[in-house]
Amino acid sequence: MLTHEEILSRLRERFPEAVLDVPEGMIDFTIVIAPQAWHDVALFLRDELGYDFLTNVTAVDWPDRFEVVYHLYGVQAGHPLLTIKLPVTDKENPVVPSVVDVWRSADFQEREEYDLMGIRFEGHPNLKRIMMWEGYEGHPLRKDFQNRTYSYAELEPTRKATPDW
Amino acid sequence: MSVQIPPTERLRTDTIQINMGPHHPSTHGVFRMVLTLDGETVVDLEPRFGYLHRGIEKTAEERTYVQNVPFTDRLDYICGITNNWAYALALEKLAGIEVPERAEYIRVILGELTRVMNHMLAIGFLWNDLGATTFTPVVYAFRERERILDLIEMAAGSRMMPSYIRAGGVVADLPEEFMPRLQKLVPHLKRFIDEMDTMLTKNEIFRARAVGVGVLKAKDAINAGVSGPVLRASGVPYDIRKVDSYSIYDRFDFEVPVHTAGDVYARYLQRLAEARQSLRIIEQAMRDIPEGPVTSLPYKQLSRLKPPKGEAYGRIESPKGELGFYLVSDGSNKPYRFRIRSTSLLNLTLLREMCIGHKVADVVTILGSIDITLGDVDR
Repeated sequence: MLTHEEILSRLRERFPEAVLDVPEGMIDFTIVIAPQAWHDVALFLRDELGYDFLTNVTAVDWPDRFEVVYHLYGVQAGHPLLTIKLPVTDKENPVVPSVVDVWRSADFQEREEYDLMGIRFEGHPNLKRIMMWEGYEGHPLRKDFQNRTYSYAELEPTRKATPDW
Repeated sequence: MSVQIPPTERLRTDTIQINMGPHHPSTHGVFRMVLTLDGETVVDLEPRFGYLHRGIEKTAEERTYVQNVPFTDRLDYICGITNNWAYALALEKLAGIEVPERAEYIRVILGELTRVMNHMLAIGFLWNDLGATTFTPVVYAFRERERILDLIEMAAGSRMMPSYIRAGGVVADLPEEFMPRLQKLVPHLKRFIDEMDTMLTKNEIFRARAVGVGVLKAKDAINAGVSGPVLRASGVPYDIRKVDSYSIYDRFDFEVPVHTAGDVYARYLQRLAEARQSLRIIEQAMRDIPEGPVTSLPYKQLSRLKPPKGEAYGRIESPKGELGFYLVSDGSNKPYRFRIRSTSLLNLTLLREMCIGHKVADVVTILGSIDITLGDVDR
């Protein structure tokens, strides 16, 4: 098990530019990483620090940025939770590097965030919608998504308003 | 006169693509697999999801923290209690809520009963998938499940959608007749697990269908985020009850069973062994349960709960594996982000790799041995 200082010093030593911030007062220990350095940092975390279990990939839509959040554990090394955050300031076209080749568990979850939050994971081998159907427009988990009621005619264009019988 | 075929001219075959699902009895819900077959051998498999997507994560952002509890019941609808528990745990971490002693014991008792129920059903359905067309194991499993559901109904008022465990404790204290019923049920369940063991484990046909099928290696399983009995059947002794020792699991004496083969048979044995350990925990909890209050947060306070700005990831060992909730609060009474770390979706990551090279009939077995619930996959 590594202490928080050890993780930080080894990360800073290897990637002096990558660590953007270590927010204070968080419930879980969190490190903010620069998105462009994330793939290299991910390999370093897996191979040299022993974080072999990427449990959760998600994203949060803040008014000024997207935040892609990763929750990591070390199964073989017994590491407790480590939260990694990538700030994405480009709200029009959010892109972060994919880590499917580092942790396979990112596969479906990155597709889910692409589908529902509209974040493009560069390098994902099969980046397409997973929950919504093909041809669906928009990303439901974004805060600017308009929730509305759908009529039957919209959802099933072939369905008749009144049945024949 | 015989025709000589030169050995270089082998019979050429074409692959065929078929859809298995969304309405297929072996997929345990609405789930589609696009199979590419060469004869009867699987060459490629692509899982397709989303047929049961209800947008719970989005809906939850518009409701208060306590209004979201019933949504968690509907994730993995086989084990509602553990879903409530995972959500309550994350919320307690976020808002810094203490849980009274008695409530922790009640949570452990009901949570472990849910685990026994889930594992028995998983074994029953696995046999159903194998073509035990008389339904015998699954009907036996359902019979015992009803007994457990009776107890959950006694405590929560509802069989499958309990919404019983909430932040700060549980909704109400156990009724008087609960403990006597539980004391009778535990030895009964022990006998039932032994009965399943005697009836199924050494069955020659079962072993022929299950041994060496759908092998998952430990390293791949960890890398793919597989958790729960499927991970432990691959030889990784990783149990969140031991690792995080959340709630009061550090007080109980129980083992983490491990099987190393990583095939369908190992997963079956793993579930039997885990169900036995769960009953061990229930016996200790029954013995030690103290009197006292069952919640630190009465409903009027809970319904007005406004956690401070921040975020928390809470996880528990649900019967199917790691179930986690990631909650982000902006200081209001509704979650800013409500993320469910689904167990079943992650356990399906390596389905393709596990199935390639096997026959179509084995795909059904492998899927049954992973034990998914589509409500949890699609959310």
